[in-house]
Amino acid sequence: MSLTQELDHKVSVTPSLGRYLLDSAQKNGILLAFAVVVIVFSVLQPMFLSPSNLTNLVLQYAYVLILALGMLMVIVLAQIDLSVGSVIALTGAVAAVVCVRGGAPWWAGVLAAIGVGLLVGLWQGFWVAIVGIPGFIVSLGGMLIFRGLAQLLLDYKSLSPFGGVYYDISNGFLNGVLGGSGFDLFTIIIFAIAVVGFAVSQWRSRMAQVKYGQKVAPLPAFIARIVVVAVLAMAFAWQISQNRGMPIILIILAVFILIYGMVMGRTGFGRHIYAIGGNILAAQLSGVKVKWVTFWTFVNMGFLAAVAGIVYSARMNGAQPAAGNGFELDAIAACFIGGASTTGGIGRIGGAVIGGLIMAVISNGMQLMGVSQGVQPVVKGLILTIAVAFDLWNRRRSVTVA
Amino acid sequence: MTDNILEMRSITKKFPGVIALDDVTLTVKRGEIHAICGENGAGKSTLMKVLSGVHPHGTYSGEIVYDGAEAHFNSINDSERQGIVIIHQELALSPYLSIAENIFLGNERRGSARLIDWNRTNAEAAELMRRVGLDENPTTPVGVIGVGKQQLVEIAKALSKSVRLLILDEPTAALNDNDSEHLLGLLRMLKAEGVTSIMISHKLGELIDIADSITVIRDGHTIETMADRDATQDRLIRDMVGRDLSQRYPSREHNIGAEVMRVQDWTVYHPTQPGRVMIDHVNLNVHAGEVVGIAGLMGAGRTELAMSLFGRSYGSQISGHVYIRGEEVRLDTVWEAINHKVAYVSEDRKRYGLNLLADIKTNISSAGLKRLESPGIGWVNENQEMRVAEEYRAALNIKAPSVSMGVSKLSGGNQQKVVLGKWLYTEPDILILDEPTRGIDVGAKYEIYTLINDMVARGKAVIVISSELPEIMGISDRIYTLSFGAITGEVPIEHATAENLMELMTTEKETVK
Repeated sequence: MSLTQELDHKVSVTPSLGRYLLDSAQKNGILLAFAVVVIVFSVLQPMFLSPSNLTNLVLQYAYVLILALGMLMVIVLAQIDLSVGSVIALTGAVAAVVCVRGGAPWWAGVLAAIGVGLLVGLWQGFWVAIVGIPGFIVSLGGMLIFRGLAQLLLDYKSLSPFGGVYYDISNGFLNGVLGGSGFDLFTIIIFAIAVVGFAVSQWRSRMAQVKYGQKVAPLPAFIARIVVVAVLAMAFAWQISQNRGMPIILIILAVFILIYGMVMGRTGFGRHIYAIGGNILAAQLSGVKVKWVTFWTFVNMGFLAAVAGIVYSARMNGAQPAAGNGFELDAIAACFIGGASTTGGIGRIGGAVIGGLIMAVISNGMQLMGVSQGVQPVVKGLILTIAVAFDLWNRRRSVTVA
Repeated sequence: MTDNILEMRSITKKFPGVIALDDVTLTVKRGEIHAICGENGAGKSTLMKVLSGVHPHGTYSGEIVYDGAEAHFNSINDSERQGIVIIHQELALSPYLSIAENIFLGNERRGSARLIDWNRTNAEAAELMRRVGLDENPTTPVGVIGVGKQQLVEIAKALSKSVRLLILDEPTAALNDNDSEHLLGLLRMLKAEGVTSIMISHKLGELIDIADSITVIRDGHTIETMADRDATQDRLIRDMVGRDLSQRYPSREHNIGAEVMRVQDWTVYHPTQPGRVMIDHVNLNVHAGEVVGIAGLMGAGRTELAMSLFGRSYGSQISGHVYIRGEEVRLDTVWEAINHKVAYVSEDRKRYGLNLLADIKTNISSAGLKRLESPGIGWVNENQEMRVAEEYRAALNIKAPSVSMGVSKLSGGNQQKVVLGKWLYTEPDILILDEPTRGIDVGAKYEIYTLINDMVARGKAVIVISSELPEIMGISDRIYTLSFGAITGEVPIEHATAENLMELMTTEKETVK
């Protein structure tokens, strides 16, 4: 505190390239951790980076990432939602009852599941935001309620198969749309468009920053960052294009991540979530509609849990009463590994996504290596603990440095 | 043996990129009350952290001689073992534990089998409480007694550790006059018992009143140590800011316009205790270009009045009328209040004013965020936000290397300026300032007074709530006195004296409805 006045004069402001790299390595510790995990598994098990495994990875863990998006918002709000695993079972069951038992078309199942998810969100949002019961308690109740409802709905038995378009949501591919020999040209083009879009948007935001007279990253670092992202994305695209092409779920996932990243990072609603999590009293006295924001965040969590329920039941090609057991913990772990604070106010969508990917890579890698069932949760638990400890240490260090 | 209990010689403490203390020397005589003053950020707290072992031996250069021997403290425990106890401005008490439990926290009175001996704990606590003049039951939870009494619990805790050198950081900042008086009396009594005290304070009058000698620190340097008989407020201020402040309150043109806001029959009940009237049929008004002061003692209902007006953020069963420019308005939510161009700067900036996890620019934009949002979805224009934050940083002279710096790292005065910036960005017509200069240094106070003058010069209406009479008399055009939730007087500045205001502030209104 006593130093700030002097900082003005004594700390130089133009970052050198080396200094910039060091700073960003410190800020992006989570990305480094992700890279380490990927490298470790690809060394231990060469199969890990194969086209078929990378494709599998996407199909198998999409639901965690979808849940993590909503969970991050809840956690930044300084709340928690323990019910999402049960909501996955309930919404999957609803879709199965509509499509499998009722014979309705796939979209009816999707709409019904999303409708139930929204109802769940309204219910929990009401208790948390309007009545003022902590989300931990409300969602603990919800965890039991929705699990029970799923069991009743399914009569304690699994209901399958969905088949058709519903099945394709999580298992289908856009393959051979544009041809290509030995690889799928469509996949490559989609990724190329995404990379170009990324580069253009980065460049435009840099130009805007320059226009407003702000400090920007040194140009070589800026270009290097885009090149690295482009090379990695295209390498990934090349690998999966040799398997079955573009997974439909990957497109859905990308759209969701993009939308929620923008909501949290760039909109007033997102700002209000951070403000409430940072200091609820100050937010209230700044005109933030705390109840309203809390309410909609929980409704949104219900919606995303329903989406995850659809994705998961499609992947399983059926609904089971026990589906989604413990998934809430995967989503919560993804957020905390991704740098979210347990006391709210801190956390980014990008972090939660990387956190979810780390969890996915570890699970998948261990399965490939044939690590025994008991060891896998031990490793995951250790990684969660160490990740949060590292984050804490990193933050304390940056505070003392500043 | 010398008669100095403490000599800190040539203390230099560096943080990366910054020298916080540069060759600081502090000599404290045995049995005296030694005051340290200086602007926020001058290095007072860092010096006390070096002394108490928070910054362990070896992380600074220079030497500390305590009680005739060189001291190497590696932690607070080390210094406490030697009888040095520091009481921080933000009290470190556990609200749900009893007074006795707090006094012996970490130092429990144990009986057989290492179990806590409750009889001994409460009896010894009662004895310590008697010494500090705290008339409460030792089993009362600390959270339900007032701040003044909590301060006494801290001192009782220090006494339980056989304190020989007591360090108090802004002990009276949050206390009302009565509690302050009591505390200062207690320090004199401890002095008579042989306890040496070091006291950090911004309240210069009080400091001259109680201290035997005074050391002024500025920008990490010792400016001078003077005996109490040589100290005057002007000399201290000159030392602290390094310049003469010919006036502590900037002068301004009085150019009062039409009535902007009028409050009628405003009555507010306690939020949780039914039937308890907190604000009692208050009538007041404020004009364009006018600074209206609200003077009241702690507990008079000053903050309750302001917060109930500001979007009904306090109280229940609120009745009465608010008129803005002659039209009755309902300010039922903070949001509506902001839309009616009312702004409220809280007395407690950390609790009610700032998101301490966020940076300067995010805090500045937080109340007026709508101005940065696109219509519809509400994209926040972050580049514009940066530009706005830079403007306020320059205009308010917020001392920080960048607006992307976290507000938790700023000094109190700069944090207060961030809160002010946040409310100025909502472009208010009516600005309610609740203790706007609490806990900030003389220089920053002057800047905030200047800012108030700028606001009224532009035709805004300003209401200032303050417990410091010189301040309220220095900046107001008209003063209301508040006592037990009721307005007991309305005094134009020409007729205001400290004596008549204090008399009105202590008047109990006879007909409490």
